[in-house]
Amino acid sequence: MDFKSGQELLELCGRHHMKISEVMLRRECELGETDAKKVRARMRRALAIMRDAVALPVEKPLRSMGGLLGGEAKKLKEHGDEGKAICGSVLGRGIAYAMAVLEVNSSMGLIVAAPTAGSSGVVPGLLLALQHENGLSDEAVLDALFNAGAVGYLAMRNATVAGAVGGCQAEIGVASAMAASAAVELMGGTPVMSLDAATTVLMNMLGLVCDPVGGLVEYPCQSRNASGVANALIAAEMALSGIRQHIPFDEMLAAMYTVGKKIPYELRETALGGCAATPSACSLCGGC
Amino acid sequence: MDFISVFDVIGPNMIGPSSSHTAGASVIAYLAQKMISGPIVEAEFILYGSFAKTYRGHGTDRALLGGLMGFSTDDTRIRDSFELADERGLRYVFAVNTQEEEIHPNTVDIRMRNEQGQTMTVRGESLGGGKVRIVRINGVQVDFTGEYSAVIVIHMDKPGVAAHITKCLSDQNVNIAFMRLFRESKGQRAYTIVESDGRLPEEVAGRLREHPSVEDVMIVQSEN
Repeated sequence: MDFKSGQELLELCGRHHMKISEVMLRRECELGETDAKKVRARMRRALAIMRDAVALPVEKPLRSMGGLLGGEAKKLKEHGDEGKAICGSVLGRGIAYAMAVLEVNSSMGLIVAAPTAGSSGVVPGLLLALQHENGLSDEAVLDALFNAGAVGYLAMRNATVAGAVGGCQAEIGVASAMAASAAVELMGGTPVMSLDAATTVLMNMLGLVCDPVGGLVEYPCQSRNASGVANALIAAEMALSGIRQHIPFDEMLAAMYTVGKKIPYELRETALGGCAATPSACSLCGGC
Repeated sequence: MDFISVFDVIGPNMIGPSSSHTAGASVIAYLAQKMISGPIVEAEFILYGSFAKTYRGHGTDRALLGGLMGFSTDDTRIRDSFELADERGLRYVFAVNTQEEEIHPNTVDIRMRNEQGQTMTVRGESLGGGKVRIVRINGVQVDFTGEYSAVIVIHMDKPGVAAHITKCLSDQNVNIAFMRLFRESKGQRAYTIVESDGRLPEEVAGRLREHPSVEDVMIVQSEN
């Protein structure tokens, strides 16, 4: 069982009455020549790492290698605990989690790239926040990770997930598309709704440049992971309410890739433009 | 193994902050240390391109040193590599080369010396997402990724060696996925790299060494 596009994925889901996560799990077993028990065990390990990463910096703020980050997750958590959060519980928790993961990542802690290290906060941020707020099982979240994997695989296969090739829209944009699709399945939506949500994210984050200060995976990466959670949540909500997209996922992914290749070199992870080239950022990093 | 696995998307599990500058760096060094019999007592790392520019903030130095000590990409000891290397008596130095431009942006040369005084230089490229390629061994251009289990045979470029290698492997029932021979020049030292689908039996190294033209044999098992 394999698929090369979103359309083929939806056809497989329809023909076999399967969720996206089930198709992706089946594909992994067949092409990876392994069995579902082993694959799920390996994904369970990834989930355990994600769970640690969203929690650790809340207890113990971590200073990043480049010194641009540290303590953001704890601040958000305390703000929320004081009842001052204006985002609501799922989003408030989701952005705290996402920023926590980037805090762990930038201080040489253990994370799961999803699909990259720089975008590793979005998927666990949203899925673990939804789990917490809705009392969902670990098995349900595991399934959601396979769903996210299906969307990310299509992006890797048919476009790119490298900021150096396609800008931030390809990294955090794809991470958010993965999270949106997974959130839809987690909350009971259909495969069509999942890919519609992924489309919505790619559309809303289209053109976002990759401009890390000092060339490091720190700033603005961390706050963009939080905005990735927000984008994913908006898209999932729209899809679950029955709003359809006019553009199919495959076409939107191709559009993202085309736009990505047109992003100037200075704005593709080279730290020569955007946030990285502001006078304040330059004075912070003191490099070049 | 050419298919994109769900764990290429939700993964690798890694010490941050960068899959190319941290995880990939540790994989290159991990593969490099497999090519010399340990313990390694001295290592010099020469960093090129983006590695040279941003290695401190990405922990590329710690990741390289950790990989050289056999740590995998998700080993939390990577953060403390400097201290752990000092404890082991592994001397290390990092140098940058910003002159060389005709090179993959994330490239490192690793010069290693073991307790017996043997030296080996390995050049690796970090391709993104934790994927890497070893492109030079002791100055000779090679090409392997570590995704397959590989046997690297250093030998003189003489007739019959390739036949000896395939015979040893077939005697051990090893199915060859790829086999390539790289050489300094005709009749000189050559590197044959054979990649196989499954794990390679360690006994094969001893059998391969029996040929008079074979100088050394290294087995690099895939972690997959």
